[in-house]
Amino acid sequence: MGPLAPNELISENTNFLLAFLIGTGFGWVLESSGFSSSRKLAGVFYGYDMVVLKVFFTGAVTCMLGLLFMSLFGWIDLELVYVNPTYLTSAIIGGVVMGAGFIMGGFCPGTSFCAASIGKIDAMVFIGGLFLGVYGFAFTYGWWEKLYMAAYLGERKVSK
Amino acid sequence: MPTTYELKKTKYLNPYLGGVLLGLVLLSANFISGRGLGASGAVKSVVATSIMTVDKSAVEKMPFMEEYTQSHGQNPMKSWLVFEMLGVLVGGFLSGTLAGRLKLKVEHSPKITSRRRLIFALAGGVLFGFGSQLGRGCTSGSALSGMAVLSLGGFITMMAIFGTAFALAYFFRRNWI
Repeated sequence: MGPLAPNELISENTNFLLAFLIGTGFGWVLESSGFSSSRKLAGVFYGYDMVVLKVFFTGAVTCMLGLLFMSLFGWIDLELVYVNPTYLTSAIIGGVVMGAGFIMGGFCPGTSFCAASIGKIDAMVFIGGLFLGVYGFAFTYGWWEKLYMAAYLGERKVSK
Repeated sequence: MPTTYELKKTKYLNPYLGGVLLGLVLLSANFISGRGLGASGAVKSVVATSIMTVDKSAVEKMPFMEEYTQSHGQNPMKSWLVFEMLGVLVGGFLSGTLAGRLKLKVEHSPKITSRRRLIFALAGGVLFGFGSQLGRGCTSGSALSGMAVLSLGGFITMMAIFGTAFALAYFFRRNWI
């Protein structure tokens, strides 16, 4: 049965419409959990507000268990679900650069859009930075290409 | 410790309930579309489109963007993540409106100026944008969604993001506490 779009049970355009609705749910949950506030997000790194840790890991575990049960019940074919490929070097270095951006900017990309939607000017400036950063990477890609492609481990899962 | 923390006044969802709801949204994305959530990919779509609009031949000189536009049938805006991120703006706006949190402002610690906050926000955004391309996805697309499908890379990126932010927290403490 699932996943619906890869099994062609819904059309491409329906998939895009549902993407919009899924995004609405995503934005709603982020905002109502307090992810639209950089001071609340940064709190986790100083121990005064642990909301990020609670929401983030509860979310990941909920989805993991959901996928596990759906797979056991035969509702979803996990072979058709996208698994992020592992390029060890770029996963680590990219993550380090993002971590530095997180503590300086107080947002990650998803939360910055969520915060901008309720009028946080600092989030809008952060988004401006995102565009510059993405453009900068694309523009200088030649310098990083080797690093970007290094240590490819396939679509490796931690369960294997 | 910042007990003067103004946000205590506003009411947020219980974090564990929020986490379960976030997990269900992510689960539905996997069930419906066979993929997780994301954010930085939508920024990449907009960047690719803007480069194409200004100078179509410029994209061909940028292998990183060319591959991306080709995989999206020459229209990078027609991508799952772009529609999803438009939804994020609507969902965040609706939640913020209903909770009375809609306000145009620069949020910062009372110990720093708005100007300082905005400079750091810009610098953080540049780094996050750059890192998300190098790391093939941000906190949503790589860390959260990757972990949920047990991707090794997702776990590694998650540890690198949070580990670095914790390690550097001391140097940027004046901005936050």
